[in-house]
Amino acid sequence: MALDKSDVESIAHLARLAIGEEDVPAYAETLSNILTLVEQMNSVDTTGVTPMAHPLDMAQRLREDVVSEENQRAHLQQYAPSVEDGLFLVPKVIE
Amino acid sequence: MHNKTIAELAAGLKAGEFTSEELTKAYLERIKALDGDLNSYITVTEEQALEQARAADARIAAGEAGPLTGVPIAHKDIFCTDGVRTSCASKMLDPFIAPYDATVVRKFKEAGVVMLGKTNMDEFAMGSSNETSFYGPVKNPWDTRAVPGGSSGGSAAAVAARLAPGATGTDTGGSIRQPAALCGITGLKPTYGRVSRYGMIAFASSLDQAGPMARTAEDCALMLGAMAGFDERDSTSMDKAVPDYTADLNNDLNGLKIGLPQEYFGEGLDSEVAETINAAIEAYKKLGAEVVEISLPNTNLAVPTYYVVAPAECSSNLSRMDGVRFGHRCEDPKDLEDLYKRSRGEGFGSEVKRRILVGAYALSSGYYDAYYLKAQQLRQLISDDFVKAFEQVDVIMGPTTPSPAFNLGEKSDDPVSMYLADIYTIAVNLAGLPGMSVPAGLVNGRPVGLQIIGNYFDESRLLNVAHKYQQATDWHTQAPEGIA
Repeated sequence: MALDKSDVESIAHLARLAIGEEDVPAYAETLSNILTLVEQMNSVDTTGVTPMAHPLDMAQRLREDVVSEENQRAHLQQYAPSVEDGLFLVPKVIE
Repeated sequence: MHNKTIAELAAGLKAGEFTSEELTKAYLERIKALDGDLNSYITVTEEQALEQARAADARIAAGEAGPLTGVPIAHKDIFCTDGVRTSCASKMLDPFIAPYDATVVRKFKEAGVVMLGKTNMDEFAMGSSNETSFYGPVKNPWDTRAVPGGSSGGSAAAVAARLAPGATGTDTGGSIRQPAALCGITGLKPTYGRVSRYGMIAFASSLDQAGPMARTAEDCALMLGAMAGFDERDSTSMDKAVPDYTADLNNDLNGLKIGLPQEYFGEGLDSEVAETINAAIEAYKKLGAEVVEISLPNTNLAVPTYYVVAPAECSSNLSRMDGVRFGHRCEDPKDLEDLYKRSRGEGFGSEVKRRILVGAYALSSGYYDAYYLKAQQLRQLISDDFVKAFEQVDVIMGPTTPSPAFNLGEKSDDPVSMYLADIYTIAVNLAGLPGMSVPAGLVNGRPVGLQIIGNYFDESRLLNVAHKYQQATDWHTQAPEGIA
């Protein structure tokens, strides 16, 4: 599978990742090489094989819906980049 | 003092031969003197270490010490440490100070273990050479032209250079075993679910597992005993009792059945590495083990399968690094999309970006069945190969890596050739099995690791098998020139 420049740009958009214009050709090449490696998967017929969800067939554990955490706001906010009156401050672009 | 194992240090502390403060100071001095060139630590936590050491000494004096109280170790910088920078070797998390301890870190703290600092690694644990770190590559103490392996390359180099008697690591596709092999130390990746993942920054959640890295199997047993156990904060943690991993170390190996997968000794394996591994197998025969030829027919599919599963999970896990709540944030974002894209574009290095892109592609609409679903089916087949093999044998052995350490820069421009450095370790993660690497020799002055793979939750047997070999050989006691 060979990816071209516009493929890389659209995947980068899906991943919300800015990639420099000048770096796109190199990504197109290395990503194509990786997908070529990955396509070796097609050498095996997996019809009817159940996809593996967990190595030990473990089911998701559930717990009672009760409060289990203490309020640690002050402790958590001491390392935040910017806080005011107990609130986290973020740039204006976030509504 | 720095040549003593964890077991010897623990005994010395208990007998009052030295204090934890003296021991910790000695290691901090060595780090100052030797790590400038090796770069195995990202952060050295001198003040906290000395404080913890004094507290440990008080515990020992009060007769309240556990088996590891007062022993200093280092943590891979992937584990959250309360009040200490937790960078995952990424520019993205360079400003991040964790507000809580990972369960592994908490358990060692409660055991009275001293933290010397946080070790270097590949960025977000993605790499096999430690060259993708934002803080620069780590050098291999055996030959500073060589890589230490990755992603736990800082932990491996620190232990090999006697800058810590033991260190924690994490292993998603070989990240404990491969650097342990390349740096001539002992490392264990436990069964998936054995050690809590809480507070361990996620790369590929269905594969990630933490484990010990030290010089001997006995030390790994002591560390694993402190790390392992059920944790309700990790939804995939196994609720299963933790045995005393030191109890079976000296069990006789008479009649042990060792499986040798033909696929691990074929094309691509360096001939001198093959000779080294064969010599180790001969040593096991002398200890009474029987050798059985086995086949793991889907071995060649492990790397392709992994490079769908791991990138897919990483693209999802790393979406939390968005410049909003913590970590790197770009200057003057013009809108939300710009904030996301530039913060992530500036914060992540190129290998992390590559894997996010591969993962986003594999999970994108219309491709899911062809990539992720197909990979999960192959994962089942790879896993079935091991289940079948363990009906016949007790452990599986082979090389940890196809060659000794390669040179810095040798593979950094060619991701696919770098990925193939993990060809013998990746299948173990896909199957969720435990695996070890133990030092088995040197090729041109660079260490070679013997890989030992066990059945689910059979860590005690792995440690026993590794320990008996270390009682009969001395590869694990050898040190790089100028180190011992």
